[in-house]
Amino acid sequence: MTYILKPKLHHPSLPTNALGLTRRDYEGKVSTLCAGCGHDSISSAIISASFELALQPHRLAKMSGIGCSSKTPDYFLGQGHGFNSVHGRMPSVLTGANLANRDLIYLGVSGDGDSASIGLGQFAHSIRRGVNMTYIVENNGVYGLTKGQFSATSDKGSKSKKGVVNSESGIDLVALALQLGATYVARSFSGDKEQLVPLIKGALSHHGPAFIDVISPCVAFNNHAGSTKSFDYVREHNEAVNRLDVILGRAPITATYAPGEVREVTQHDGSVLRLRKLHADYDPTDRIAAANYLQEHHAKGEVVTGLLYLDPDATDLHDRLGTTATPLNALGTDQLTPGSAALAKINAGLR
Amino acid sequence: MGPGQGICWTIRIENALLWGAPLKATDISNPDYFHKVVDCQWACPAHTPVPEYIRLIAERRYTDAYMINWQSNVFPGILGRTCDRPCEPACRRGRVEDEPVAICRLKRVAADNKTDISARLPKVAPRNGRKVACVGAGPASLTVARDLAPLGYEIHIYDGDKKAGGMIRSQIPRFRLPESVIDEEVGYITGLGPIMHLQQPIDSLKSLLAEGYDAIFVGTGAPRGRDLDLPGRKEAAANIHIGIDWLANVSFEHVKKIGRRVIVLGGGNTAMDCCRTSRRLGGDDVKVIVRSGFEEMKASPWEKEDAMGEDIPILNYLVPKEFTHREGKLTGVSFEKVKAEYDAKGRRKLVPTGEPDQHFECDDVLVAVGQENAFPWIERDIGMEFDKWNMPVVDEVTLQCSIPNVFFGGDAAFGPKNIIWAVAHGHAAAVSIDKHLNGEDVAERPAPNVTIVSQKMGIHEWSYDNDVANDQRYKVAHREKSVALKDVNAEVELGFDQTIGFKEAQRCLNCDVQTVFNAATCIECDACVDICPMDCITFTMNGDEADLRTRLKAPATNATQDIYIGDGLETGRIMAKDEDVCLHCGLCAERCPTGAWDMQKYLIDMTYAGHACRQTA
Repeated sequence: MTYILKPKLHHPSLPTNALGLTRRDYEGKVSTLCAGCGHDSISSAIISASFELALQPHRLAKMSGIGCSSKTPDYFLGQGHGFNSVHGRMPSVLTGANLANRDLIYLGVSGDGDSASIGLGQFAHSIRRGVNMTYIVENNGVYGLTKGQFSATSDKGSKSKKGVVNSESGIDLVALALQLGATYVARSFSGDKEQLVPLIKGALSHHGPAFIDVISPCVAFNNHAGSTKSFDYVREHNEAVNRLDVILGRAPITATYAPGEVREVTQHDGSVLRLRKLHADYDPTDRIAAANYLQEHHAKGEVVTGLLYLDPDATDLHDRLGTTATPLNALGTDQLTPGSAALAKINAGLR
Repeated sequence: MGPGQGICWTIRIENALLWGAPLKATDISNPDYFHKVVDCQWACPAHTPVPEYIRLIAERRYTDAYMINWQSNVFPGILGRTCDRPCEPACRRGRVEDEPVAICRLKRVAADNKTDISARLPKVAPRNGRKVACVGAGPASLTVARDLAPLGYEIHIYDGDKKAGGMIRSQIPRFRLPESVIDEEVGYITGLGPIMHLQQPIDSLKSLLAEGYDAIFVGTGAPRGRDLDLPGRKEAAANIHIGIDWLANVSFEHVKKIGRRVIVLGGGNTAMDCCRTSRRLGGDDVKVIVRSGFEEMKASPWEKEDAMGEDIPILNYLVPKEFTHREGKLTGVSFEKVKAEYDAKGRRKLVPTGEPDQHFECDDVLVAVGQENAFPWIERDIGMEFDKWNMPVVDEVTLQCSIPNVFFGGDAAFGPKNIIWAVAHGHAAAVSIDKHLNGEDVAERPAPNVTIVSQKMGIHEWSYDNDVANDQRYKVAHREKSVALKDVNAEVELGFDQTIGFKEAQRCLNCDVQTVFNAATCIECDACVDICPMDCITFTMNGDEADLRTRLKAPATNATQDIYIGDGLETGRIMAKDEDVCLHCGLCAERCPTGAWDMQKYLIDMTYAGHACRQTA
């Protein structure tokens, strides 16, 4: 953390977006995390993504649980809505909020402890219910707040800072999300914003459960030789399957690509996801192939990143439940309490 | 995949075609690199360590702040009121918000609030047997005396005026610079024991050379005001005055009033002094009329503002044609109207508009259209080389002329400049004289003395105030106009008080506390990139400079400011930091988990005459 506030002065050529806001307008309070924490880079990527999408800060709801990662919503989009819930319970609170007001954009920020240990059930059910949200796990494979024990996502065989070898199997949240029906699944790395920012933009504009596992080195407890979540390890073993560009307003392709190299997917909101293939045999719309690909490469010790799976025709919880298009919190008293005659009619229908 | 081929390999492909000659890592051991980052100090001819004394003002250590100035620019109280301020347009603050730090006025805060400095003045060494004559007692000569007298040189200062000070005393009006300030600061130098030969103008360099001085310094200024040889000049001579001569006569109280209607011709600072002085000596309809456009006038913007604030209109694009007169008395001046036209090379030409001439009535005219050097007292047969403009040939660095033991400085060297240049020349000439008289090559110039100290006090603590103030530039209080205009000796600017002085000092960005990068300990976590409020830092692939400048997180369009390059990173990328708008807030270093960034104060002091400037110390 720092003792001084970030100065208000900014670069004289700092650009503005369609709302007339600068990237700096999407910042939050000064981070109190350790210097060099990967989570701060993810916060910065969320700021850039929100700026580039020209999101109205007050239309975004930041939901989190407990942990280093769950503190971070305080450090971006200071004008957004926020809810810092109980440990592991962010998915339920987010689901409830989404049901009450479907008009907001929901961003859940969680960590490997919050989502893979105490909140594993909550994580799983929010994905399989298909809540329209962006769910980011800031995954450092370690319990940083309690001084560096292995977390549930630590790889079997990786070493702690003190040299202890992890004997338990790690949970791969991406594999779980694929299996449970997430319609936008990605993995990235806090040290590669060129990849991360577009993935967050794509997720925020996706209609359906979007999950991003971001490997985020813990500089205090998990950035040493023998760790599989360190800057060096991830850089050396990163296998990016594609590069994503999120295109707003139908910009034409200007660069030239070889046939089959680029694939475009139009989402519900009209935004176009342009994927440049980096691995010729990778198909991000084939869920089973994606799961297999992940398993194979994980076995080789590689970290597969990029947009791993996308269902362009995704639906969400509201679509499945057939709820009213008007957010519940905007319905008037006469609609919410239609009176005894309406009750009698319902009762009669059940007789 | 090997190390470094992970995250950035796509960047590498994208930029492969753009690569030119890659930049080398910045050599921060060259003192000029970080000196340039301290824009104010780099721009100052005397290279005063500005941020260092501004921090001392913020600590209310006014005497310490004064002494730093005294060492470097010799006349802090005088310059704190009259400097041309080359530092302020250079100030980084002016590039990150609207206006630069009021450096000049802060210098005056130090001078106004200091305590007795007599114990801090240099001790004079026993005489070393060498005699140096200084011709003229202005700022350049006094600086030479200040630097050489303490070393034991016997200094003889010659001047035609009654008191030392030169143009500081004769040409700057008292309402800008009280005489007490001149007396005090000139007094510190005369107190070092130079032998003063006042009211003794030198009329022959040949005979001065014959007196056996080991070295002679010529600091006679640019004493001749240019005249305008127009029709009517002779006939109306009684009411047409040369600006600098007239100002000197006002300063020495030979002239006490002027006509009601006054026209000042010329657009420099002398013209501004003439018009404002006229307002105080009875002129209530005073105009400044210039040939060029208002924007191109040589006068400092703040001096133009002050003049207009005293109800003096400035009329432009009017070329004087004739002094009109009746019965031997000036009646006015007529002007041709012109406009500016630019040729293909961007050179300006003033061409007549064809409109009828304009006539302005007046009682007196002050001609302030420039001044020039004059050396009628230097014989042309003594072996001194003169150029095609009949000026002595002087080396710009050593200030030596073709006679090895004769040196020039101030306006006498290269024509009219200003006080701070005269001081800079004085220091340089003193170094040359000291080296020359110790048998050394004057062309070998001493490097500055650099002190490097990390400012780190704790994890988030620095020994400088790194919290950037958001305050706008503070305005200085002026004496009430009706009072000020009644007395030519009443100082107009009242200076900052201590409270405002502190607040203005806090606007300084501490540009001498440098961001120093160590690639060997960097883990490329991006923490510095994320926190930097000015988007100065980028980790990217190397390239040629023109290309790299477009690829930074914020484009680096100010080519006068360097890009700091650090290489040797794990991923094969470089760290590129645009120095242009860095706030020196130290957040990069606070957020760095490995200490790869550190905030280090590079205190750069010029080397003056004495042991330090010699190779055989």
